[in-house]
Amino acid sequence: MKTKSIRVFLVGTILLAQIIGTGCPPTHAGQPDIVVKMTAKKFEYSPSEIVLKKGVPVVLEITALDRLHGFSCPDLGIRADLQQGKVTRVPVVPQKTGSFAFRCDIFCGDGHEDMSGTIIVKE
Amino acid sequence: MKAMDRRDFLKLAGIGGVVFVSGLGHLAVATEKKSTLEDFFFVQLSDTHWGFEGPKANPDARGTLQKAVAAVNGLKRQPDFIVFTGDLTHTTENPQERRKRMGEFKDIISQLKVRNIRFMPGEHDASLDNGAAFQEYFGKTHYTFLHKGVHFIVLDNVSDPTASVGETQLTWLGEELKGIRKDERIIVLTHRPLFDLYPQWDWATRDAAKVIDLLTPYDNVTVFYGHIHQEHHHTTGNILHHAAKSLIFPLPAPGSAPKRAPIPWDSAAPYKGLGFRSVATAQTKPGYAIMEYPVIKDML
Repeated sequence: MKTKSIRVFLVGTILLAQIIGTGCPPTHAGQPDIVVKMTAKKFEYSPSEIVLKKGVPVVLEITALDRLHGFSCPDLGIRADLQQGKVTRVPVVPQKTGSFAFRCDIFCGDGHEDMSGTIIVKE
Repeated sequence: MKAMDRRDFLKLAGIGGVVFVSGLGHLAVATEKKSTLEDFFFVQLSDTHWGFEGPKANPDARGTLQKAVAAVNGLKRQPDFIVFTGDLTHTTENPQERRKRMGEFKDIISQLKVRNIRFMPGEHDASLDNGAAFQEYFGKTHYTFLHKGVHFIVLDNVSDPTASVGETQLTWLGEELKGIRKDERIIVLTHRPLFDLYPQWDWATRDAAKVIDLLTPYDNVTVFYGHIHQEHHHTTGNILHHAAKSLIFPLPAPGSAPKRAPIPWDSAAPYKGLGFRSVATAQTKPGYAIMEYPVIKDML
């Protein structure tokens, strides 16, 4: 558990550094997408915490490792079906700061209710 | 014209306790005088999750359903029928274990005095096999029945693991509704909320809006459902939605906690937050009288 927490913290820190460190303006015309790679499996996302910057477009590239899962973050207006073994690209342009829960919304078994994470959007 | 009051309900049900009267003052009942509507009540039980193990949430998980059965049997007057609004069993990925739990559930509820029992699945029963085991043990997952002038519509929003009713069932619903007058009473029974109660906790049905669109032309529609493990009352347009308590563990109010985790068992108040309800109707009054019951009488 401790190792996992550290790993998630490091990933989150790296992502924050990558995203904030770019100093990008709100629009990125002509620039490559900022990509956040994620995995989904029963009953967790990795990383389970993602730090984004308000107004900066990002693409979540999520791979479902073991079966069909969902990715739903109603507060940011995002949802997608995650087909097993495929990379699902989920574009995000967060327009508000805060902490927003995301979760699997396709029932996947005992533990489905715990399959969730958080997107943190900073200025 | 007023809604059924406490005295009306107690007279019908022959029971005492707390009464919630749904505020359906907008309902027209004049035309019902010509219908076959008769006074009756039914009992709703929900989210029994037979097979669940979690002593922090319910150290009596193997005994709560039996206590609920005894409590229903102990009602002074027995209901016309009983409905189980889903999550009869707790999910398992083992198909044999799933069927074992369904068989055990059926054995336990065979002790109910009332034998007219209606079932529908929750995602724990049906989402991992598209309702196959449920249908083997309990029959169809969506159907209608008419009882003393009230049209009951059972909707399945869980056999599709995306928590959708689906186009096939929507078409079926549309056809069923064609045979119902606009002023007749309709009760929808289902597992998940038919509105976006709190999608952040997956308390929604993906295509609920399509269901509501089909039901909206009807004057007298009430939905009874489960899933959220707590009493909850809500109105969308002219449709009322009533969520029932669970019989395994309560969940927090929508958005009131960081996570949708079971409320821990309170040893000072065992079975707190659990219960079932009765729903009564009367020919000359609009709306329904809803009475909430605890699992054990001492909790009343």
